[in-house]
Amino acid sequence: MSATGRKSERLLNLLIMLLVQRHYVSKDRIREFLYPDASDDAFEKMFERDKEELRSLGVPIEVGNMDAYFDDEPGYRVRPDKLALPDIALTGDEAAVIGLATRVWQHARLADATTEAVRKLTALGVEVDESALDIAEPRLSADEPSFDVFWEATQERTPVEFDYRRPGAARPTTRHLQPWGVVRYSGRWYVVGFDTDRQQERVFRLSRVEGEARRRGEPGSYDVPPGTDVRATAVRLAPAPATGEAVVLVRRDAGVALRADAVSVETDVAGPDTVTPWDRVRINRGGTGVADEVLGYGAAVYVESPEELRAEVVARLQAVLA
Amino acid sequence: MSVQPAGAKDQVARLLTLVPFLHARGAVRLEDAAVALGVPTDQVLADLNVLLMCGLPGGYPDDLIDVDLDALEGDGGDGVIRVTNADYLARPLRLTPTEATAIIVALRALRGSAGEETREIVDRALAKLEAAAAHGSPVAQVDPGDTPGGPELVRLEAELRRATAQHRQVRLSYYVPSRDEQSERIVDPRGIVTTDGFTYLDAWSHSAQAPRLFRLDRIAEAVVLDSEVLSEPEPPRDLAKEGFFPRSPESTVATLELDPAARWIVEYYPVHAVRRRRGGRLEVDLVVANERWLQRLLLRLAPHVRVLGPPEYAASYADAARATLNLYG
Repeated sequence: MSATGRKSERLLNLLIMLLVQRHYVSKDRIREFLYPDASDDAFEKMFERDKEELRSLGVPIEVGNMDAYFDDEPGYRVRPDKLALPDIALTGDEAAVIGLATRVWQHARLADATTEAVRKLTALGVEVDESALDIAEPRLSADEPSFDVFWEATQERTPVEFDYRRPGAARPTTRHLQPWGVVRYSGRWYVVGFDTDRQQERVFRLSRVEGEARRRGEPGSYDVPPGTDVRATAVRLAPAPATGEAVVLVRRDAGVALRADAVSVETDVAGPDTVTPWDRVRINRGGTGVADEVLGYGAAVYVESPEELRAEVVARLQAVLA
Repeated sequence: MSVQPAGAKDQVARLLTLVPFLHARGAVRLEDAAVALGVPTDQVLADLNVLLMCGLPGGYPDDLIDVDLDALEGDGGDGVIRVTNADYLARPLRLTPTEATAIIVALRALRGSAGEETREIVDRALAKLEAAAAHGSPVAQVDPGDTPGGPELVRLEAELRRATAQHRQVRLSYYVPSRDEQSERIVDPRGIVTTDGFTYLDAWSHSAQAPRLFRLDRIAEAVVLDSEVLSEPEPPRDLAKEGFFPRSPESTVATLELDPAARWIVEYYPVHAVRRRRGGRLEVDLVVANERWLQRLLLRLAPHVRVLGPPEYAASYADAARATLNLYG
């Protein structure tokens, strides 16, 4: 048998040995059965590594004392109720949507993790029934290079250091965060957490993180405040989507995007010139972005109100010509 | 023992899923088990050869897990896997935190694109998984949010993927921002690509006689036609590597000075060179595929951008600003 096969055999036998005993199993007994030919040193090394590998598969190996009176020798066990998936009892249609979930992630590691989860869930023997589904599965991507680090840090509660450039800022600054969670908003991923430099909760857009995000500290080194709702926090801290109505005059056949989501369009109104006919278009948006948008149309769009928007557009054009 | 045999962990993980799979179903054909585990049949056989060496720590033959290899490998075997004496491995492992989070987040994303009846099914499945994963699990900390554009965009994407797979042409009604107009065209779809939160159809456009990217949220209507694609099939481009604009011989370069507020364009548009200037300003050589597109971009950024060359672009920028300002009297 191959080296892989021999090692798999040892790992599985170790798991079974710890699983079927009602009490802790001593290290000596484990060595006697599973590592009979290993030297002291080799045994210690192999046993440590094997435990680690089983734990990384999700096997909860407990360490305890063999004997209430002599606490010098540790023992090991795996409790069946902690090892096994609880009886989830999926119905056929539930199993079908769970099957669809494997096609959602466009991120190799999370796609694999989802597939593995579905294998475990369907190992319990559910008949999959896709007939009732009225669904087209969305694709969930996470292309931001720092996504993996923030995802893992969130799960492990490990502080992260990264270089972040705010929109319009000349250069990035180094930030330190205890990540609480990652949230997708309008198709982009954000991380929410406690900024240890600013001593406040903060939200950062992952696409603005420059270079590699770095773990700085030990797993479990902070707690997420109980009851934290990461989405609500992100929404609260993110710049509010500005709302407000603006009224613009648009030349006939121009401003297709403005017309597409207009509140109302009034055709053939008096405009600032008579080169073309003009229409009055009411749009429901505000904030700084709306001035950029309107300016992009140049002389095809004229701002009637609000006054602040009109003044901003005029001032920016004057600055170009100054 | 210096080299760690690779794959032992994966093999153990597979066996811990295979045994419950067999236990729940009684007898399973080798081919079916291989499909369910996503590995070749040879691998399943190798896994089973490990399994029959495992068992209770007694060392007696009766303690070992029993695998009927004759049925699998022997002449006249029926190809069905039979495993006995492994009742203690009858249940699959709990989901790891990463698995639990990955599947729950995927289901939350699915929920957003489901019709009402299916949404109810997704909710039931989610409730069961969340309850099973609840113990100390960080699943609450990842939220995929709503799919941008909602169910309509998901459906549109699914339609376009289907058209791509079936090599069928698509008639698009599409908004072209650089020309500010709605256009009708027939395209040969090549695939769906995403970048920075937006999803695009990459397709050969017959009217442009060139490949084009169509942002899904700007497609007003897409009709999958019966006609087959006419262009040579090609995989969709990789936006991360190639960027948005295929280098075409007609494209020119404009040299711009950007204030900090306008620096973001460097991340969005193709630039040949970026030179740092005082006060956080940048001097960049921007690839210009189309002059109308450049004028719209300059006006959007006004006054945080200046055209250093060529002079005709600087002149047309000033003309456009003046013409617009004149509207306000």
